[in-house]
Amino acid sequence: MTKQQQQQQRAGLLQGTLDMLILRTLLYGPAHGHQIGKHIQRTTNDFLQMQHGSLYPALHRLERRGWVTSKWEQAPDRNREFKYYRLTDKGRKQLAVEESQWKQMAEAVARVMWPVAEEN
Amino acid sequence: MKWWTARQRDADLRRELQSDLDLEEEEQCERGLSPADAHYAALRAFGNLTLIHEQTRAIWSFVWLESLARDLRYCLRALRQAPGFTAIAILLMALGIGANVALFAVIRSVLLNPLPYRDPGRLVALYSYIRENKHVHHFAPIDAGSFSAWKQGAGDAAEMALICPFQNYNVSAENGQLPEKVDAAMVSANFFSVLGVQPILGRTFVPSDDRREAQATAILSYSFWKRRYDGDPNVIGRTIRLDAQPYTIIGVMPASLIFLGPFSPGKIQLWTPVTHEAPAWLMSTLEDHEFVGVARLAPGVTLAQLLARLDPIQAHIKAEHPSAPVRDATSGRSLLNDAVQEYKTPLYVLFAATACVLLIACLNIASLLVARAAARQKEFAIRTALGGGRIRLLRERVLESLLLTASGGALGVGLAAAALRWLQHARPDLRRVDTVHLDWTIVAFAAGVIAAAALFSGLIAALSIDRTRILSALQESSRTQSGGRGRARLRRALLALEVCLTVVLLIGAGLLLKSYTRLRSTDLGIPTDNVLTLGISLPEARYKTAVQQVTFLEELIARVRALPGVASAGLVSRAPGQGWGGDRLTTVVEHPPMARGTGTDMLMRGADPDYFSAMHLPVLEGRTFDPDERLKNDHVAIISKEAAHVCFPGEDPLGKHLRFVTGGDAYKIIGVVSDTRYSISEPVLPMMYIPIYGNGYTNVTIVVHAAHDADAMALPVEKVIGRMDPDLPVAGVLTLQETITTSTLGSQFDSLVVLGFAIIALLLAAVGHYGVLAYLVTQRTGEIGIRIALGAQRRRVLRDVLVDGIRPALLGMVAGLALSALCVRLITSILYQTQPLDPYVFAAVPGLLLLAAIAACLAPALRAANLDPAGALRTE
Repeated sequence: MTKQQQQQQRAGLLQGTLDMLILRTLLYGPAHGHQIGKHIQRTTNDFLQMQHGSLYPALHRLERRGWVTSKWEQAPDRNREFKYYRLTDKGRKQLAVEESQWKQMAEAVARVMWPVAEEN
Repeated sequence: MKWWTARQRDADLRRELQSDLDLEEEEQCERGLSPADAHYAALRAFGNLTLIHEQTRAIWSFVWLESLARDLRYCLRALRQAPGFTAIAILLMALGIGANVALFAVIRSVLLNPLPYRDPGRLVALYSYIRENKHVHHFAPIDAGSFSAWKQGAGDAAEMALICPFQNYNVSAENGQLPEKVDAAMVSANFFSVLGVQPILGRTFVPSDDRREAQATAILSYSFWKRRYDGDPNVIGRTIRLDAQPYTIIGVMPASLIFLGPFSPGKIQLWTPVTHEAPAWLMSTLEDHEFVGVARLAPGVTLAQLLARLDPIQAHIKAEHPSAPVRDATSGRSLLNDAVQEYKTPLYVLFAATACVLLIACLNIASLLVARAAARQKEFAIRTALGGGRIRLLRERVLESLLLTASGGALGVGLAAAALRWLQHARPDLRRVDTVHLDWTIVAFAAGVIAAAALFSGLIAALSIDRTRILSALQESSRTQSGGRGRARLRRALLALEVCLTVVLLIGAGLLLKSYTRLRSTDLGIPTDNVLTLGISLPEARYKTAVQQVTFLEELIARVRALPGVASAGLVSRAPGQGWGGDRLTTVVEHPPMARGTGTDMLMRGADPDYFSAMHLPVLEGRTFDPDERLKNDHVAIISKEAAHVCFPGEDPLGKHLRFVTGGDAYKIIGVVSDTRYSISEPVLPMMYIPIYGNGYTNVTIVVHAAHDADAMALPVEKVIGRMDPDLPVAGVLTLQETITTSTLGSQFDSLVVLGFAIIALLLAAVGHYGVLAYLVTQRTGEIGIRIALGAQRRRVLRDVLVDGIRPALLGMVAGLALSALCVRLITSILYQTQPLDPYVFAAVPGLLLLAAIAACLAPALRAANLDPAGALRTE
């Protein structure tokens, strides 16, 4: 496996989960790109280093699919406008779907990885 | 996503990124960094802003379009920088695509489009099959007697109609219109319903019109109605005088009805009911073959099934009437094939030739692109090293060739339109040529050809950029002596393929050209300069008796001879080179009787006593007709040398007698004249002349040998005829030269067009050859310089480079000769007196090609040999 292929695979894995993480973050309310990135990073105790090169494409992809909408709004704490993303109904449904998929996936992986622990 | 919002979205994204970046910077500041440090820290945290921008933009689908536009700009710029290359490539493509599109249009309209009748796929033409000595006629005309038996026997398998396409009429002068002679067809009453054609005015024939005692009726063709009656809708019920007899016009056919076929004159102007028009005996005889059958197959019945039903009937007829003219077997083909069969081979040959030219043009362009790719090798290497995608490089190559082929193709479609207009002018004899036009199907075909050509030449060029080598190109030092060898191998292979196709084209052209020159140099049997022919036919309604007819003809020819400018003139039933003109089966009275119904088939000609001297036709033995051998005293004959050879081998024919197998009249032979051909492309057949002043001749051709300009005699002779009978139309006003030109038009066209393509191919191959070798020599400049510096003989360098250059040509030549040997069989049917494996052509073509190859290689080879070693090594 070449280095490039490895990178591609990791990117693919992250991409799927990144969409879900963004949608979940927006469940708290509208946020702009910077906030979303910071939130994910903070919540995972900096385990997931937010790559801006993935974040913005992901946001735009979600918008294109109709899962989020965007609007320029005044920030409450700063005297400037930011581009705020907001979850749509379609996005909420998508989040539920992705969440359940992720759960199944995690359980399936867990069963294989820790079979004994499961039997107990 | 609409592309026009792209700009706005772009600004939006820029603003979004900037605002988030500013926020990051502010947060860094709040953490206590100095403003300058905060700025860089924010940038570090963000990463490559441009890349983020690009990657985010890539989410929106218009991006590929944008990058395509950018590639397009690159390509355009690159092409503009090499205007010579661009112009040549576009011109090549225009020629190749134009020729293909034009031919496709012709083939579609002439060969493929269905006939404009109802359910034309079920229509077939019925013929008879005959074998005479060595000659086999697959589709010979049929007799009405057999046809009525077929019609009864076919039952409900097919609806069958009869047509005699050999008819013509004198249309009398009336309403200020000149008299004219028009081609016509006699048809059975159900003919139009079998074709499924409705008249646009009036009605078609009904069975009561198609009886001997019926009132005479006629149906007009659309073009005749438009021309002679100015499209008058009240023409139905009017009277038209044909051969001085009144006919009632009962209908007008649509313009789409053009009955074609090898025996059809092409433009039938009038239709009349056959039973009313033809003599009663012709409608029942088994021995006179004046008809073609047309049948509409019942659903589920095939032509083979119908013929299987008819053949036993014909065999039965033959068994009961075993005389020679009675046909043995039936044959048939679809009506479409019947109409266009003779054009199939020539058109497909031309199409193959144009396809070859296009392929060669593509190969040339591919070769040029490969050379350009080689020159830009370093650029590609750097781009690949920087992460430029291979697909992107490939796309650029294909885009480049697409640009070239598309502009070439657009130009080519224009060329095709011009070529088609020219074709309609140059080949009026081509059936259905007037229906040829450019439409959306043709444009779609052109687009397909363009795409295929672009992909083909682009991919060849793109595949020459080998990924592994591309990186090694960077590692190679600039002093590479063997660089580009692999690419040169590809170009050599392309060149060999090009030469191979060129050989095939050249051989085809050579054979067709030889066939054409053979055809043109064929001797009709008489001098053809300054000879004018004019045809008249005396209507029996006005010239009722033989005396009246002969008196008119004698008076006419005397007046023509008296015209100033006429060197000599004569009368003949059919002039040499102007067609079959009728034949009779004869036996020699003095010979032991032959099997019943057999004899020698003689072409029959009526001639006046002075015809032979007027035409400079040498009398070999005996004499020509005496002035008193006319009317009742008309049973004397002059035979051709070939007839004497066939009927009287080793005997003196003079004084012997020839007897017609049907009719039984015997003619005393009084002379032998040399041979003439009835058609320039057909072999000499035995011919028999009998007095035209008698023997019932009413269709005659006036042949005028002019002192100077034959064309100038047409008007004076027509005036003479007009003064003697203003109602008598004159037809077939042609010089013998024109006759020959007309009958060799097809051969001339085919050979010249293929020759044109072959020359283009040869030029392309030579240019391609030059290009490859020049490129190779440039690549090897350093190496050759070193060799010369080390003391290599310049002669030897010259030889090495020449051999190196000519090797792929030799390879292609051998392959081409082998391929030609296989392909020439396909054009045998359109070659005249030329063997498909003609040794001269097969020797001349490789010779010519070799010369071209040497000429193309000489310049680069000389350049290599005259290299200044010091200069060559310095230029590295």
